Amino acid sequence: MNNQKTYQLQFILLIVVLLLCFFVNISLGSISIPTKSIFGSLFGTIENNTHQIIITDFRLPKAITAILVGSGLGISGLLMQTLFRNPLAGPFVLGISSGASLGVALVILGSGLFGGLFATALISKWSIVVAASLGSFLVLLAVLAVSSKVRDTMAILIIGLMFGSITAAVVSVLSYFSSAEQLQQYIFWGFGSLSNLSWNELLIFFGIYALGIVLSIASIKGLNSLLLGDNYAKSLGLNLKQSRLIIILATSLIAGTVTAFAGPIAFIGLAIPHLTRQIFKTSNHKVLLPAVFLFGAIVMLICDSIAQIPGSDYTLPINAITALVGAPVVIWLLVRQRKMMF
Amino acid sequence: MKKETSHIILKTEQLSIGYKTKKVETAISSNINFELQRGQLIGLVGANGIGKSTLIRTLIKVQPPLSGSVLLNNKDLRITSNLELAKQLSIVLTEPLTSKNLSVFELVALGRHPYTNWIGNLSTEDVKIVNESMKLVNISELKDKKCYELSDGQLQKVMIARALAQDTDVIVLDEPTTHLDMYHKAYILKLLQKLSTETGKTILFSSHEIDLAIQLCDAMIVMTKNSIICDQPCNLITKGVFESLFPKDLIAFDNATGSFRVT
Repeated sequence: MNNQKTYQLQFILLIVVLLLCFFVNISLGSISIPTKSIFGSLFGTIENNTHQIIITDFRLPKAITAILVGSGLGISGLLMQTLFRNPLAGPFVLGISSGASLGVALVILGSGLFGGLFATALISKWSIVVAASLGSFLVLLAVLAVSSKVRDTMAILIIGLMFGSITAAVVSVLSYFSSAEQLQQYIFWGFGSLSNLSWNELLIFFGIYALGIVLSIASIKGLNSLLLGDNYAKSLGLNLKQSRLIIILATSLIAGTVTAFAGPIAFIGLAIPHLTRQIFKTSNHKVLLPAVFLFGAIVMLICDSIAQIPGSDYTLPINAITALVGAPVVIWLLVRQRKMMF
Repeated sequence: MKKETSHIILKTEQLSIGYKTKKVETAISSNINFELQRGQLIGLVGANGIGKSTLIRTLIKVQPPLSGSVLLNNKDLRITSNLELAKQLSIVLTEPLTSKNLSVFELVALGRHPYTNWIGNLSTEDVKIVNESMKLVNISELKDKKCYELSDGQLQKVMIARALAQDTDVIVLDEPTTHLDMYHKAYILKLLQKLSTETGKTILFSSHEIDLAIQLCDAMIVMTKNSIICDQPCNLITKGVFESLFPKDLIAFDNATGSFRVT
């Protein structure tokens, strides 16, 4: 007799939906490409060279980015909500996006202020990625230093929010001294973007992301015992300090790279874990982690498909779409269930 | 003499408990010496604020002793690792669960964590122990319920089952009867008595139900301002220990009935 509920059917369904969304996402865009050519370029039987290039160099990397971003943010949100015992926590509560924003703001907006040093690097995409990574990494170091001193997880949460406030203040000071052009570039970064990643960039993205995911999977058992509270978790043999460190590190790696490559994408990290808990009706991380991965990827692919406005040349900011599409779904779920699962 | 000592599971030596900040050391109680035997049910009683919770927190290694030592199976808690401790001592606390979005089975199964592999997969042996633990506390029919659907009394039983599933020599419960009605208070303590005799575990609980504890416990630890005494309930009554438990202006201990009366 097996008492452990398995969710095979649900998982198979989700994987099918994910594949479907992936395919739909690739087939949509400003240029319509016949289904036959899409399959052709995906599986290497070339018929039309232009179509092949559009698919393999633009749409495929973008769809993969969407999967990495959605699943990554969802998982880091889940880790943060369990660690901080707070349903409002998301991947950015530690100040990770604040750090990234600060880094990017310094590069884009600060170039006027600091002159020549940054001026040459201004337009380069890599300088933004490096600045964002460096920014979130430094904030992470600060948070880790604080968390080894402060035993209360709630305090760390507040410290993360404080970092956010400091960043916002510095950014507004920088904006005050910046040109309209620089401001626009900064704002565009803030919209978030899934496109424009080359395969090389994607490889680096995936490498760091995968490391974070491995750490998350290694934390599953600890996360489950944390559901009982810190003292119970400790009484079950968990090394609290070490587990907390690994969880924070995993989140920072994932959310940090996502922000560096795709900009500060809001909402997904907060909402996906709730969506998953409502649908799967469990807090068991062995079920939640893969489910959040799938849900995050699916939602992000759908949001991206909508953002392209099929058939037009416009692409809406992905950051707006995630909230516009996602928020009503979460509200609807909460109202329908009349109860928040946590 | 040798046989006697081998039955001692938990022992304190010149233990002093309290809180330590960088500058000041606030001792709440000191010179605590007691020995708990295998298979005993022990009640820890004392007035509010006397340090019951601090003593419990020290015994389960949530906070360090100021001086002296706690010996579990003859090994100082300070040199016992968390994982070692998890296989010898399990706890039931008053603090609320972070998440109640787990089924009863899943929650009880968390008790197997010290024995499961890196990802927490349950072996058939683990599943068997989890089912047996639920059966021992009569909650088998609640197995698939979610914890947020349970009453306080049911949840307390589930937490006890979880501690049982951890398969330890000692179970320590911090005020397991708070928030429960009279019937369920008696029910839980009676259950603990049954478990200690049936499973041979040493069960220590703190409680304000002094009269129930007197009737059910093999030994009691009575904390008063001046001393901490551990003995059999009948000896404690003869020694008149319970009289010194509270100020005498409102209630008095009646030796004949073994309970407190309003004066």
